[in-house]
Amino acid sequence: MDDFRHVLNDPDRLDFRVHRAALVDPAVLDREMRRIFDVCWIYAGHESEVREPGDFVTRTICGRPIILCRDSGGVIRVFLNVCRHRGAVVCRERKGNAKGYTCFYHGWSYDRDGCLDGVPGASSYPASFDRKEFGLASPPHVDMYRGFVFASFARDARPLEEYLAGAKEYLDLVVDQSPTGEMELIRGTQEYAIRANWKLLVENSFDDYHLMSTHKTWLDYMKKSGVRIPKPPKGHVMPAHGVGKALGNGHAVIDNENFRGRPVARWIPLYGDEAKPEIERIRAELEARLGPERARRVADTNRNLVVFPNLVVNDGSSVTIRTFHPTAPDRMEVTAWALGPKAESAKARAIRLDSFLTFYGPGGFATPDDVEALESVQKGLAAWREVPWSVMTRGIDKPGEQLNTDELHLREFWIHWDRYMREAA
Amino acid sequence: MTASLTRQAAEDFLYHEAALLDAWKLDEWLGLLAGDCVYRVPSNDAPDGDPSGTLYLIADDLARIRGRVARLKDPQAHVEFPHSRTRRMISNVRILDRDGDELSVEANFVVYRFRRDERVSAFVGRYRYRLRIVEGLVRIASREAILDAEELGSLGAVSFIL
Repeated sequence: MDDFRHVLNDPDRLDFRVHRAALVDPAVLDREMRRIFDVCWIYAGHESEVREPGDFVTRTICGRPIILCRDSGGVIRVFLNVCRHRGAVVCRERKGNAKGYTCFYHGWSYDRDGCLDGVPGASSYPASFDRKEFGLASPPHVDMYRGFVFASFARDARPLEEYLAGAKEYLDLVVDQSPTGEMELIRGTQEYAIRANWKLLVENSFDDYHLMSTHKTWLDYMKKSGVRIPKPPKGHVMPAHGVGKALGNGHAVIDNENFRGRPVARWIPLYGDEAKPEIERIRAELEARLGPERARRVADTNRNLVVFPNLVVNDGSSVTIRTFHPTAPDRMEVTAWALGPKAESAKARAIRLDSFLTFYGPGGFATPDDVEALESVQKGLAAWREVPWSVMTRGIDKPGEQLNTDELHLREFWIHWDRYMREAA
Repeated sequence: MTASLTRQAAEDFLYHEAALLDAWKLDEWLGLLAGDCVYRVPSNDAPDGDPSGTLYLIADDLARIRGRVARLKDPQAHVEFPHSRTRRMISNVRILDRDGDELSVEANFVVYRFRRDERVSAFVGRYRYRLRIVEGLVRIASREAILDAEELGSLGAVSFIL
């Protein structure tokens, strides 16, 4: 694949296409695993999942089992969940608090800091055997930005903040909602598979062009519940103004005027009259703490952020974290959580979770139709030899602002995907 | 009040509800619900929470149940167009408690969902119902479907009434 070329980007001819082999070919996925998932900073979890020393959660990222935990000194660590002896996972629980991790196969045990501290029958090992060499392994780099923990499997990874580039501003907007400056993951995890290529979910997560046609039933529900959905201006397809923006390094965002309510802090009739004073109180706190302009920025826009390659933060009618990893060219595993301000009132928390469910998740009024759309695309892609190109030129001839329904942000993802895939390995 | 409602009668009621749902007679199904009815499906890793503080898959009050039914009847609910074929198996029905005009009922379920291209999925779990006698008729005050799978995984979505 030295002549690897799946993205046709021709600004002079105002042309931008993606070759559909990129979404079906197993060789492309192999290459993605090595050149993207093994190279980029990948979301590993949220600091609030491990509050106390010894707290841990286990999950799989980039095909590897990991333990996200807090060590005895209170530092957040990521260990590869694999015994140094013969390779079994050392922690099989979903989450908990542990003094250490013991491999049940032959009984090697590790302390909270990953040091090998127990080897049954240790005297049978040669004198050269040094248990200091056999602690739990970690990805070469683990770092955190405002509570979001990332890992990179690349030895020469650049610093996280440099990698995040313009995405930092949008993570700041999320965290600034919290009076304490801390957000927390809310209990309850949505884990589901989609029979589609993982990049289709990247596109879908910030593609507002599909809203009116894919999510008509959700819009109808919102209208019926009293939410005012403005009629799009002539030539437009969205009820409110919004823009698409590139944030550097493949990260991108859509940034929209809010029409669908926000727990922090924009009331809509769906929340009920009794919730009005609480939303107003949150708004007042926000304005007092951040000033009216920043408060408006936080509360009156919705942002769907993609952190390259596979982290989506939807900050709107609730805050969702969604990450996904491919298991085959036509299958991915998705994990989604709700995030809320730490020490949020019970009332505000209830509104947040309720409005999450109206749109998002496997039982929501919208996400299942997105999943159906992606699976429908994947089915259609089987004809990629006859119909090889997907067209991604919306807005490409506009000199200035790009709308949320244009495709600048999708092109940004694909341009960087192409760069990673073609760079000298 | 509920002493007359035997386990067999509760079972018959659940079978009737299952038949309506499998036949997609959703308006008739709405007629079985009490005015304060809730319908919930918890996240697989948090089956014992409360939707005001825990993320669920579904936590509907009657207004949202009605919205859900309106959506499912619309051909633009793409994930359920055409409607899935479903078949519900309900067993191990037990009356756990009687309190005034309400009774708590649990049952096991397997709900098969069939889509084109031999896509078959089996939703396995248990129902927790609160049934209420309203003017001599059985009505559903709450129904919760708790899935046994460790994660939703290949089941994908809960896009029909589980």
